[in-house]
Amino acid sequence: MRGLRGEAAIVGIAEFAPVRRPDRTWMGLEAYAELARLALEDAGLGHDDVDGLMTGHLADSGGLFAPGHLTEYLGIGSHFSEVVDLGGATGAGAVLRAAMAIELGLCETALCIVHTLPRPKNPTGGGPTFRMGAWGSPMGEFDYPFGAVGQNYAYAMIANRYAYEYGLTDAQRAKVAVDQRTNATANPKAVFRDPIDIDDVLNSPVIVDPLHMLEIVMPCFGGAAVVVTSKEKAKRARHRPAYIVGGGEYTTHLSVTYDPSFTETPIRAAADRAFAMAGVKRSEVDLASLYDCYTITVLLTLEDAGFCGKGEAGKFVEEHDLTYRGDFPMNTHGGQLSFGQAGMAGGMSHITEAYLQLTGRAGDRQLRRCDTVFVHGNGGLMSEQVSLVLRGE
Amino acid sequence: MPKYRTTTEPLPVPTPVTQPFWDGTREHRLLLQRCDAGHVFFYPRSHCPRCLSNRLEWVEASGRGTLYSYTIARRPTSPDFEQDVPFVIAVVELEEGPRMTSRLVEVEPGEVRIGMRLEVVFDDVTDAVTLPYFRPAGT
Repeated sequence: MRGLRGEAAIVGIAEFAPVRRPDRTWMGLEAYAELARLALEDAGLGHDDVDGLMTGHLADSGGLFAPGHLTEYLGIGSHFSEVVDLGGATGAGAVLRAAMAIELGLCETALCIVHTLPRPKNPTGGGPTFRMGAWGSPMGEFDYPFGAVGQNYAYAMIANRYAYEYGLTDAQRAKVAVDQRTNATANPKAVFRDPIDIDDVLNSPVIVDPLHMLEIVMPCFGGAAVVVTSKEKAKRARHRPAYIVGGGEYTTHLSVTYDPSFTETPIRAAADRAFAMAGVKRSEVDLASLYDCYTITVLLTLEDAGFCGKGEAGKFVEEHDLTYRGDFPMNTHGGQLSFGQAGMAGGMSHITEAYLQLTGRAGDRQLRRCDTVFVHGNGGLMSEQVSLVLRGE
Repeated sequence: MPKYRTTTEPLPVPTPVTQPFWDGTREHRLLLQRCDAGHVFFYPRSHCPRCLSNRLEWVEASGRGTLYSYTIARRPTSPDFEQDVPFVIAVVELEEGPRMTSRLVEVEPGEVRIGMRLEVVFDDVTDAVTLPYFRPAGT
Protein backbone atom coordinates (compact mmCIF):
# COMPACT_ATOMS: atom_id res chain seq x y z
CA MET A 1 0.00 0.00 0.00
CA ARG A 2 1.39 3.36 -1.00
CA GLY A 3 -0.60 5.11 1.73
CA LEU A 4 -1.04 8.69 2.70
CA ARG A 5 2.11 10.78 2.85
CA GLY A 6 0.86 12.91 5.74
CA GLU A 7 0.59 15.98 3.55
CA ALA A 8 -3.02 16.93 4.34
CA ALA A 9 -3.71 18.59 7.70
CA ILE A 10 -6.60 19.55 9.97
CA VAL A 11 -6.31 23.29 10.60
CA GLY A 12 -9.62 24.28 12.16
CA ILE A 13 -12.70 22.92 13.89
CA ALA A 14 -16.12 24.01 15.00
CA GLU A 15 -18.53 22.37 17.35
CA PHE A 16 -21.88 23.08 18.89
CA ALA A 17 -22.04 22.16 22.56
CA PRO A 18 -24.24 19.08 22.90
CA VAL A 19 -27.54 19.95 24.55
CA ARG A 20 -30.29 17.66 25.70
CA ARG A 21 -33.07 20.20 25.20
CA PRO A 22 -32.06 22.55 22.39
CA ASP A 23 -33.38 26.09 22.59
CA ARG A 24 -33.44 26.53 18.84
CA THR A 25 -34.04 24.63 15.62
CA TRP A 26 -32.12 24.50 12.32
CA MET A 27 -32.92 23.68 8.76
CA GLY A 28 -30.15 21.34 7.57
CA LEU A 29 -28.66 23.83 5.13
CA GLU A 30 -28.50 26.51 7.83
CA ALA A 31 -26.64 24.23 10.22
CA TYR A 32 -24.12 23.27 7.52
CA ALA A 33 -23.58 26.97 6.77
CA GLU A 34 -23.06 27.96 10.40
CA LEU A 35 -20.65 25.10 11.07
CA ALA A 36 -18.76 26.00 7.88
CA ARG A 37 -18.52 29.64 8.97
CA LEU A 38 -17.24 28.78 12.45
CA ALA A 39 -14.72 26.19 11.26
CA LEU A 40 -13.27 28.51 8.62
CA GLU A 41 -13.06 31.31 11.18
CA ASP A 42 -11.15 28.96 13.51
CA ALA A 43 -8.84 28.00 10.65
CA GLY A 44 -8.28 31.58 9.59
CA LEU A 45 -9.30 30.64 6.07
CA GLY A 46 -11.82 32.36 3.82
CA HIS A 47 -14.99 31.26 2.12
CA ASP A 48 -13.19 31.27 -1.25
CA ASP A 49 -10.58 28.78 -0.02
CA VAL A 50 -13.10 25.94 0.17
CA ASP A 51 -13.15 23.58 -2.83
CA GLY A 52 -14.12 20.26 -1.27
CA LEU A 53 -17.16 19.12 0.67
CA MET A 54 -17.64 15.96 2.74
CA THR A 55 -20.95 15.83 4.58
CA GLY A 56 -23.64 13.69 6.09
CA HIS A 57 -27.10 13.53 4.60
CA LEU A 58 -29.27 16.56 3.98
CA ALA A 59 -32.89 16.27 5.06
CA ASP A 60 -33.76 19.47 3.20
CA SER A 61 -32.98 17.86 -0.15
CA GLY A 62 -35.27 14.88 0.27
CA GLY A 63 -32.25 12.60 0.24
CA LEU A 64 -30.85 13.52 -3.17
CA PHE A 65 -28.40 16.06 -4.55
CA ALA A 66 -26.88 17.08 -1.22
CA PRO A 67 -23.63 18.39 -2.77
CA GLY A 68 -25.53 20.45 -5.34
CA HIS A 69 -27.78 21.97 -2.70
CA LEU A 70 -24.84 22.66 -0.38
CA THR A 71 -22.49 24.22 -2.92
CA GLU A 72 -25.32 26.49 -4.06
CA TYR A 73 -26.39 27.46 -0.54
CA LEU A 74 -22.82 28.07 0.66
CA GLY A 75 -21.83 29.72 -2.61
CA ILE A 76 -18.77 27.53 -3.15
CA GLY A 77 -17.36 25.58 -6.08
CA SER A 78 -16.38 22.06 -5.05
CA HIS A 79 -13.89 19.85 -6.88
CA PHE A 80 -14.63 16.86 -4.67
CA SER A 81 -17.96 16.28 -2.97
CA GLU A 82 -19.24 13.27 -1.13
CA VAL A 83 -22.07 12.32 1.16
CA VAL A 84 -20.40 10.01 3.67
CA ASP A 85 -22.74 7.37 5.04
CA LEU A 86 -20.73 5.32 7.51
CA GLY A 87 -22.81 5.62 10.66
CA GLY A 88 -20.67 6.47 13.67
CA ALA A 89 -17.57 6.29 11.46
CA THR A 90 -18.84 9.06 9.20
CA GLY A 91 -16.65 11.72 10.85
CA ALA A 92 -13.43 9.70 10.49
CA GLY A 93 -14.50 8.53 7.04
CA ALA A 94 -15.05 12.12 5.94
CA VAL A 95 -11.59 13.18 7.11
CA LEU A 96 -9.96 10.14 5.42
CA ARG A 97 -11.69 11.01 2.14
CA ALA A 98 -10.66 14.65 2.47
CA ALA A 99 -7.03 13.65 3.03
CA MET A 100 -7.11 11.32 0.00
CA ALA A 101 -8.61 13.99 -2.22
CA ILE A 102 -6.17 16.66 -1.07
CA GLU A 103 -3.07 14.48 -1.46
CA LEU A 104 -4.18 13.59 -4.98
CA GLY A 105 -4.67 17.25 -5.74
CA LEU A 106 -8.38 16.86 -6.47
CA CYS A 107 -9.11 19.68 -4.04
CA GLU A 108 -7.09 21.78 -1.63
CA THR A 109 -9.40 22.72 1.25
CA ALA A 110 -12.28 20.51 2.25
CA LEU A 111 -15.04 21.10 4.75
CA CYS A 112 -16.09 17.96 6.65
CA ILE A 113 -19.41 18.65 8.35
CA VAL A 114 -21.83 16.41 10.21
CA HIS A 115 -24.66 17.40 12.50
CA THR A 116 -27.75 16.12 14.26
CA LEU A 117 -29.99 19.03 15.14
CA PRO A 118 -33.73 19.46 15.53
CA ARG A 119 -35.50 20.91 12.50
CA PRO A 120 -38.35 23.36 12.88
CA LYS A 121 -41.77 21.76 12.92
CA ASN A 122 -42.72 20.99 9.33
CA PRO A 123 -45.83 23.09 8.63
CA THR A 124 -46.96 20.61 5.98
CA GLY A 125 -46.77 17.78 8.49
CA GLY A 126 -44.45 16.13 5.99
CA GLY A 127 -47.51 14.79 4.24
CA PRO A 128 -48.67 14.86 0.66
CA THR A 129 -49.83 18.50 0.74
CA PHE A 130 -46.39 19.52 -0.45
CA ARG A 131 -46.14 17.26 -3.45
CA MET A 132 -42.87 18.32 -4.93
CA GLY A 133 -39.58 18.33 -3.11
CA ALA A 134 -38.84 18.13 0.56
CA TRP A 135 -39.73 21.02 2.79
CA GLY A 136 -36.67 23.24 3.08
CA SER A 137 -35.42 22.52 -0.42
CA PRO A 138 -34.75 25.89 -2.07
CA MET A 139 -35.85 24.43 -5.41
CA GLY A 140 -39.13 23.32 -3.90
CA GLU A 141 -39.72 26.78 -2.51
CA PHE A 142 -38.31 29.11 -5.16
CA ASP A 143 -38.50 27.17 -8.45
CA TYR A 144 -41.38 24.66 -8.41
CA PRO A 145 -44.21 27.13 -7.63
CA PHE A 146 -43.40 28.91 -10.90
CA GLY A 147 -43.66 25.74 -12.96
CA ALA A 148 -39.89 25.30 -13.02
CA VAL A 149 -40.17 21.58 -12.30
CA GLY A 150 -38.07 18.68 -13.56
CA GLN A 151 -35.09 19.08 -15.88
CA ASN A 152 -36.45 19.89 -19.34
CA TYR A 153 -37.14 23.57 -18.62
CA ALA A 154 -33.62 24.14 -17.29
CA TYR A 155 -31.78 22.79 -20.33
CA ALA A 156 -34.22 24.65 -22.58
CA MET A 157 -33.30 27.89 -20.84
CA ILE A 158 -29.62 27.07 -21.25
CA ALA A 159 -30.21 26.45 -24.97
CA ASN A 160 -32.02 29.77 -25.37
CA ARG A 161 -29.32 31.69 -23.53
CA TYR A 162 -26.59 29.98 -25.56
CA ALA A 163 -28.35 30.81 -28.83
CA TYR A 164 -28.70 34.40 -27.66
CA GLU A 165 -25.00 34.73 -26.85
CA TYR A 166 -23.44 32.68 -29.64
CA GLY A 167 -26.08 31.68 -32.15
CA LEU A 168 -27.26 28.09 -32.59
CA THR A 169 -29.82 26.61 -34.95
CA ASP A 170 -32.41 23.93 -34.25
CA ALA A 171 -30.83 21.82 -37.01
CA GLN A 172 -27.39 22.01 -35.37
CA ARG A 173 -28.82 20.64 -32.14
CA ALA A 174 -30.77 18.01 -34.06
CA LYS A 175 -27.57 16.74 -35.72
CA VAL A 176 -26.48 15.36 -32.33
CA ALA A 177 -29.66 13.30 -31.99
CA VAL A 178 -29.44 12.06 -35.59
CA ASP A 179 -25.82 10.87 -35.42
CA GLN A 180 -26.37 9.22 -32.07
CA ARG A 181 -29.40 7.41 -33.51
CA THR A 182 -27.21 6.13 -36.34
CA ASN A 183 -24.91 4.70 -33.65
CA ALA A 184 -27.88 3.10 -31.90
CA THR A 185 -28.88 1.26 -35.08
CA ALA A 186 -25.71 -0.77 -34.51
CA ASN A 187 -26.43 -1.41 -30.84
CA PRO A 188 -28.93 -4.21 -30.20
CA LYS A 189 -29.31 -3.06 -26.58
CA ALA A 190 -30.51 0.44 -27.51
CA VAL A 191 -34.15 1.41 -26.82
CA PHE A 192 -34.48 3.38 -30.08
CA ARG A 193 -32.91 1.80 -33.17
CA ASP A 194 -34.85 3.19 -36.14
CA PRO A 195 -32.80 5.69 -38.15
CA ILE A 196 -33.95 9.33 -38.01
CA ASP A 197 -32.99 12.47 -39.91
CA ILE A 198 -32.87 16.16 -39.01
CA ASP A 199 -36.46 16.70 -40.16
CA ASP A 200 -37.70 13.90 -37.90
CA VAL A 201 -36.19 15.70 -34.95
CA LEU A 202 -37.51 19.11 -35.97
CA ASN A 203 -40.97 17.69 -36.72
CA SER A 204 -41.22 16.06 -33.31
CA PRO A 205 -43.27 18.15 -30.87
CA VAL A 206 -41.64 21.04 -29.05
CA ILE A 207 -41.80 20.17 -25.35
CA VAL A 208 -40.09 23.26 -23.92
CA ASP A 209 -38.86 25.86 -26.40
CA PRO A 210 -36.55 25.25 -28.17
CA LEU A 211 -36.21 21.54 -27.33
CA HIS A 212 -38.07 18.93 -29.37
CA MET A 213 -39.14 15.54 -28.10
CA LEU A 214 -36.30 13.76 -29.95
CA GLU A 215 -33.75 16.01 -28.24
CA ILE A 216 -34.81 14.82 -24.80
CA VAL A 217 -33.91 11.56 -23.06
CA MET A 218 -36.48 8.84 -22.58
CA PRO A 219 -36.55 7.61 -18.99
CA CYS A 220 -36.35 3.82 -18.79
CA PHE A 221 -35.16 1.06 -16.50
CA GLY A 222 -31.75 -0.57 -16.40
CA GLY A 223 -28.54 -0.88 -14.43
CA ALA A 224 -24.78 -1.17 -14.82
CA ALA A 225 -21.67 -2.06 -12.84
CA VAL A 226 -17.95 -1.54 -13.31
CA VAL A 227 -15.00 -3.26 -11.62
CA VAL A 228 -11.93 -1.14 -10.90
CA THR A 229 -8.76 -2.83 -9.64
CA SER A 230 -5.02 -2.36 -9.17
CA LYS A 231 -2.43 -2.48 -11.92
CA GLU A 232 -1.17 -5.79 -10.53
CA LYS A 233 -4.57 -7.46 -10.79
CA ALA A 234 -5.40 -5.66 -14.02
CA LYS A 235 -2.45 -7.39 -15.69
CA ARG A 236 -4.11 -10.74 -14.96
CA ALA A 237 -7.60 -9.61 -15.99
CA ARG A 238 -9.66 -11.35 -18.68
CA HIS A 239 -9.89 -8.26 -20.90
CA ARG A 240 -7.60 -5.41 -21.82
CA PRO A 241 -7.41 -3.05 -18.80
CA ALA A 242 -8.65 0.52 -19.23
CA TYR A 243 -6.52 2.63 -16.95
CA ILE A 244 -8.11 5.68 -15.40
CA VAL A 245 -5.39 8.20 -16.12
CA GLY A 246 -7.22 11.44 -15.41
CA GLY A 247 -10.22 12.74 -13.53
CA GLY A 248 -11.77 16.03 -12.54
CA GLU A 249 -14.91 17.15 -10.77
CA TYR A 250 -16.76 20.42 -10.20
CA THR A 251 -20.07 21.40 -8.64
CA THR A 252 -21.33 24.92 -8.05
CA HIS A 253 -25.12 24.79 -7.84
CA LEU A 254 -28.23 22.68 -8.18
CA SER A 255 -30.97 24.98 -9.49
CA VAL A 256 -30.05 26.26 -12.93
CA THR A 257 -31.12 29.77 -11.88
CA TYR A 258 -28.06 29.92 -9.63
CA ASP A 259 -25.63 28.49 -12.18
CA PRO A 260 -22.97 31.21 -12.26
CA SER A 261 -23.18 31.21 -16.07
CA PHE A 262 -25.53 29.32 -18.41
CA THR A 263 -22.95 29.28 -21.18
CA GLU A 264 -19.58 29.02 -19.38
CA THR A 265 -20.44 25.77 -17.67
CA PRO A 266 -18.72 24.00 -14.76
CA ILE A 267 -17.87 21.27 -17.31
CA ARG A 268 -14.71 23.20 -18.19
CA ALA A 269 -13.21 23.01 -14.70
CA ALA A 270 -13.82 19.25 -14.52
CA ALA A 271 -12.54 18.46 -18.03
CA ASP A 272 -9.46 20.68 -17.85
CA ARG A 273 -8.37 18.92 -14.66
CA ALA A 274 -8.95 15.47 -16.16
CA PHE A 275 -6.93 16.21 -19.31
CA ALA A 276 -4.14 17.92 -17.35
CA MET A 277 -3.89 14.99 -14.92
CA ALA A 278 -3.82 12.49 -17.78
CA GLY A 279 -1.33 14.45 -19.84
CA VAL A 280 -3.56 13.69 -22.81
CA LYS A 281 -4.38 16.07 -25.65
CA ARG A 282 -7.91 16.47 -26.97
CA SER A 283 -6.67 15.35 -30.38
CA GLU A 284 -5.57 12.00 -28.90
CA VAL A 285 -9.14 11.06 -27.92
CA ASP A 286 -10.51 8.17 -30.00
CA LEU A 287 -14.00 8.23 -28.49
CA ALA A 288 -15.91 11.00 -26.75
CA SER A 289 -18.42 9.47 -24.36
CA LEU A 290 -20.39 12.53 -23.27
CA TYR A 291 -23.39 12.77 -20.99
CA ASP A 292 -26.37 13.52 -23.20
CA CYS A 293 -29.58 14.19 -21.33
CA TYR A 294 -30.37 16.71 -24.09
CA THR A 295 -28.78 17.73 -27.36
CA ILE A 296 -27.74 21.07 -25.87
CA THR A 297 -25.82 19.28 -23.09
CA VAL A 298 -23.65 17.56 -25.68
CA LEU A 299 -22.94 20.80 -27.54
CA LEU A 300 -21.86 22.59 -24.36
CA THR A 301 -19.75 19.60 -23.31
CA LEU A 302 -17.94 19.50 -26.68
CA GLU A 303 -17.17 23.15 -26.23
CA ASP A 304 -16.28 23.39 -22.55
CA ALA A 305 -14.35 20.10 -22.57
CA GLY A 306 -12.20 21.78 -25.20
CA PHE A 307 -12.97 19.82 -28.38
CA CYS A 308 -13.86 23.08 -30.12
CA GLY A 309 -13.71 26.80 -29.34
CA LYS A 310 -16.30 28.78 -27.42
CA GLY A 311 -19.35 29.39 -29.54
CA GLU A 312 -18.27 26.85 -32.18
CA ALA A 313 -20.15 23.73 -31.07
CA GLY A 314 -22.96 24.14 -33.61
CA LYS A 315 -20.51 24.40 -36.48
CA PHE A 316 -18.42 21.55 -35.04
CA VAL A 317 -21.26 19.02 -35.11
CA GLU A 318 -22.25 20.13 -38.60
CA GLU A 319 -18.71 19.61 -39.89
CA HIS A 320 -18.03 16.29 -38.19
CA ASP A 321 -19.53 12.84 -38.52
CA LEU A 322 -20.21 11.82 -34.92
CA THR A 323 -21.02 8.20 -35.73
CA TYR A 324 -18.86 5.12 -35.22
CA ARG A 325 -17.90 5.42 -38.91
CA GLY A 326 -17.09 9.10 -38.56
CA ASP A 327 -14.13 11.38 -37.96
CA PHE A 328 -15.23 12.24 -34.40
CA PRO A 329 -16.88 9.18 -32.87
CA MET A 330 -19.14 10.20 -30.02
CA ASN A 331 -21.58 8.21 -27.89
CA THR A 332 -21.20 5.19 -30.11
CA HIS A 333 -23.76 3.24 -28.03
CA GLY A 334 -26.39 5.73 -29.14
CA GLY A 335 -26.04 7.92 -26.09
CA GLN A 336 -28.82 8.14 -23.59
CA LEU A 337 -30.94 9.85 -26.26
CA SER A 338 -31.17 6.57 -28.17
CA PHE A 339 -29.76 3.92 -25.81
CA GLY A 340 -32.05 5.07 -22.98
CA GLN A 341 -31.55 6.79 -19.65
CA ALA A 342 -32.04 4.37 -16.77
CA GLY A 343 -31.90 6.96 -14.01
CA MET A 344 -28.42 7.32 -12.59
CA ALA A 345 -27.34 4.20 -14.48
CA GLY A 346 -27.78 6.31 -17.63
CA GLY A 347 -24.48 8.03 -16.97
CA MET A 348 -22.80 4.68 -16.41
CA SER A 349 -23.58 3.73 -20.01
CA HIS A 350 -20.91 6.18 -21.17
CA ILE A 351 -18.36 4.21 -19.17
CA THR A 352 -19.55 0.72 -20.15
CA GLU A 353 -19.50 1.76 -23.81
CA ALA A 354 -16.00 3.15 -23.37
CA TYR A 355 -14.85 -0.19 -21.99
CA LEU A 356 -16.56 -2.20 -24.74
CA GLN A 357 -14.84 -0.04 -27.35
CA LEU A 358 -11.46 -0.18 -25.59
CA THR A 359 -11.67 -3.98 -25.46
CA GLY A 360 -12.86 -4.45 -29.03
CA ARG A 361 -16.23 -5.84 -28.01
CA ALA A 362 -18.55 -3.20 -29.47
CA GLY A 363 -19.81 -5.40 -32.30
CA ASP A 364 -20.98 -3.69 -35.49
CA ARG A 365 -20.19 -0.26 -34.07
CA GLN A 366 -16.61 -1.16 -33.07
CA LEU A 367 -14.12 1.61 -33.78
CA ARG A 368 -11.10 0.58 -35.82
CA ARG A 369 -8.84 2.16 -33.24
CA CYS A 370 -9.80 2.90 -29.67
CA ASP A 371 -7.07 3.46 -27.09
CA THR A 372 -8.07 6.71 -25.41
CA VAL A 373 -11.57 7.68 -24.28
CA PHE A 374 -12.88 10.85 -22.71
CA VAL A 375 -15.93 10.27 -20.50
CA HIS A 376 -18.04 13.04 -19.05
CA GLY A 377 -20.87 12.81 -16.54
CA ASN A 378 -23.30 15.61 -15.81
CA GLY A 379 -25.84 15.73 -12.99
CA GLY A 380 -28.83 17.77 -11.93
CA LEU A 381 -29.41 20.98 -13.85
CA MET A 382 -25.94 21.33 -15.40
CA SER A 383 -24.83 21.00 -11.77
CA GLU A 384 -22.48 18.15 -10.90
CA GLN A 385 -19.69 17.57 -13.43
CA VAL A 386 -17.20 14.70 -13.53
CA SER A 387 -14.68 13.98 -16.30
CA LEU A 388 -12.54 10.88 -16.81
CA VAL A 389 -9.76 10.02 -19.23
CA LEU A 390 -9.40 6.28 -19.86
CA ARG A 391 -6.55 4.61 -21.67
CA GLY A 392 -6.28 1.04 -22.81
CA GLU A 393 -2.84 -0.54 -22.56
CA MET B 1 -57.79 33.40 -6.32
CA PRO B 2 -54.79 33.22 -8.62
CA LYS B 3 -54.83 35.64 -11.52
CA TYR B 4 -52.12 34.11 -13.67
CA ARG B 5 -52.41 30.39 -13.11
CA THR B 6 -55.21 27.88 -12.88
CA THR B 7 -54.36 26.03 -9.69
CA THR B 8 -53.17 26.96 -6.23
CA GLU B 9 -50.66 24.10 -6.07
CA PRO B 10 -47.78 23.81 -5.72
CA LEU B 11 -47.17 26.62 -3.29
CA PRO B 12 -44.00 27.54 -1.45
CA VAL B 13 -43.87 26.38 2.16
CA PRO B 14 -41.78 28.98 4.00
CA THR B 15 -39.16 28.14 6.61
CA PRO B 16 -38.47 30.42 9.57
CA VAL B 17 -35.57 31.99 7.63
CA THR B 18 -37.53 32.53 4.39
CA GLN B 19 -40.80 33.66 6.00
CA PRO B 20 -39.97 37.41 5.80
CA PHE B 21 -39.63 37.12 2.01
CA TRP B 22 -43.13 35.66 1.70
CA ASP B 23 -44.48 38.19 4.21
CA GLY B 24 -43.03 40.80 1.85
CA THR B 25 -44.70 39.44 -1.27
CA ARG B 26 -48.04 39.41 0.56
CA GLU B 27 -47.53 43.16 1.02
CA HIS B 28 -46.51 43.36 -2.66
CA ARG B 29 -42.89 44.11 -1.77
CA LEU B 30 -39.95 42.16 -3.19
CA LEU B 31 -37.34 41.65 -0.47
CA LEU B 32 -33.70 40.60 -0.81
CA GLN B 33 -31.05 40.05 1.82
CA ARG B 34 -27.86 42.04 2.31
CA CYS B 35 -24.92 41.02 4.50
CA ASP B 36 -22.70 43.33 6.54
CA ALA B 37 -20.14 43.25 3.72
CA GLY B 38 -22.75 44.68 1.36
CA HIS B 39 -23.41 41.50 -0.68
CA VAL B 40 -27.02 41.38 -1.87
CA PHE B 41 -28.41 37.93 -2.59
CA PHE B 42 -31.44 35.76 -3.33
CA TYR B 43 -32.91 33.17 -2.44
CA PRO B 44 -33.17 33.80 1.27
CA ARG B 45 -30.56 32.05 3.39
CA SER B 46 -29.19 32.06 6.93
CA HIS B 47 -25.71 32.98 5.63
CA CYS B 48 -24.37 35.08 2.76
CA PRO B 49 -23.32 32.84 -0.16
CA ARG B 50 -20.41 35.13 -0.96
CA CYS B 51 -18.77 35.37 2.47
CA LEU B 52 -20.81 33.19 4.89
CA SER B 53 -21.59 36.19 7.09
CA ASN B 54 -24.65 35.64 9.25
CA ARG B 55 -25.19 39.33 9.91
CA LEU B 56 -27.94 39.97 7.41
CA GLU B 57 -30.71 42.48 6.84
CA TRP B 58 -33.68 42.63 4.47
CA VAL B 59 -33.74 45.29 1.76
CA GLU B 60 -36.52 46.08 -0.67
CA ALA B 61 -35.75 45.50 -4.33
CA SER B 62 -36.86 47.91 -7.05
CA GLY B 63 -38.84 45.11 -8.70
CA ARG B 64 -37.11 45.86 -11.99
CA GLY B 65 -34.87 43.51 -13.90
CA THR B 66 -34.01 41.98 -17.24
CA LEU B 67 -34.73 38.58 -18.73
CA TYR B 68 -31.61 36.37 -18.45
CA SER B 69 -33.25 33.35 -20.07
CA TYR B 70 -36.63 31.68 -20.51
CA THR B 71 -38.47 28.78 -21.99
CA ILE B 72 -42.03 28.28 -23.11
CA ALA B 73 -43.53 25.17 -21.57
CA ARG B 74 -45.61 23.67 -24.40
CA ARG B 75 -46.27 20.56 -22.32
CA PRO B 76 -46.93 20.72 -18.58
CA THR B 77 -43.76 20.50 -16.49
CA SER B 78 -45.87 18.69 -13.88
CA PRO B 79 -49.53 17.68 -13.68
CA ASP B 80 -50.22 20.81 -11.60
CA PHE B 81 -49.60 22.97 -14.64
CA GLU B 82 -51.64 20.97 -17.16
CA GLN B 83 -54.16 23.77 -17.67
CA ASP B 84 -51.54 26.53 -17.82
CA VAL B 85 -49.69 25.56 -20.99
CA PRO B 86 -48.24 27.30 -22.82
CA PHE B 87 -46.59 29.38 -20.13
CA VAL B 88 -43.26 31.17 -19.88
CA ILE B 89 -40.73 30.10 -17.23
CA ALA B 90 -38.13 32.78 -16.68
CA VAL B 91 -34.86 33.52 -14.97
CA VAL B 92 -34.87 37.21 -14.14
CA GLU B 93 -31.73 39.18 -13.38
CA LEU B 94 -32.81 41.75 -10.83
CA GLU B 95 -31.51 45.31 -10.98
CA GLU B 96 -29.73 44.65 -7.67
CA GLY B 97 -27.80 41.72 -9.19
CA PRO B 98 -29.30 38.43 -7.96
CA ARG B 99 -31.25 36.14 -10.23
CA MET B 100 -34.60 34.57 -9.48
CA THR B 101 -36.89 32.00 -11.05
CA SER B 102 -40.32 33.28 -12.03
CA ARG B 103 -42.96 33.30 -14.73
CA LEU B 104 -43.56 35.96 -17.36
CA VAL B 105 -47.14 37.18 -17.64
CA GLU B 106 -49.03 39.73 -19.73
CA VAL B 107 -46.86 38.90 -22.74
CA GLU B 108 -47.40 36.70 -25.79
CA PRO B 109 -44.87 33.83 -25.78
CA GLY B 110 -43.74 34.91 -29.24
CA GLU B 111 -42.88 38.38 -27.97
CA VAL B 112 -40.44 37.20 -25.32
CA ARG B 113 -36.82 38.27 -25.86
CA ILE B 114 -33.76 37.67 -23.71
CA GLY B 115 -32.57 41.00 -22.32
CA MET B 116 -36.05 42.54 -22.26
CA ARG B 117 -36.77 44.85 -19.35
CA LEU B 118 -39.19 43.49 -16.79
CA GLU B 119 -41.10 44.59 -13.71
CA VAL B 120 -42.52 42.54 -10.89
CA VAL B 121 -46.25 41.89 -10.62
CA PHE B 122 -47.76 40.16 -7.62
CA ASP B 123 -50.31 37.36 -7.79
CA ASP B 124 -52.27 36.70 -4.60
CA VAL B 125 -52.61 32.97 -5.20
CA THR B 126 -54.16 32.28 -1.78
CA ASP B 127 -54.79 34.31 1.35
CA ALA B 128 -51.45 33.12 2.66
CA VAL B 129 -49.21 33.13 -0.42
CA THR B 130 -48.46 35.77 -3.04
CA LEU B 131 -46.14 34.82 -5.89
CA PRO B 132 -43.92 37.37 -7.65
CA TYR B 133 -44.24 37.16 -11.43
CA PHE B 134 -42.75 39.49 -14.02
CA ARG B 135 -44.17 41.35 -17.03
CA PRO B 136 -42.59 43.63 -19.62
CA ALA B 137 -41.65 46.95 -18.00
CA GLY B 138 -44.18 49.72 -18.50
CA THR B 139 -47.03 47.31 -19.32
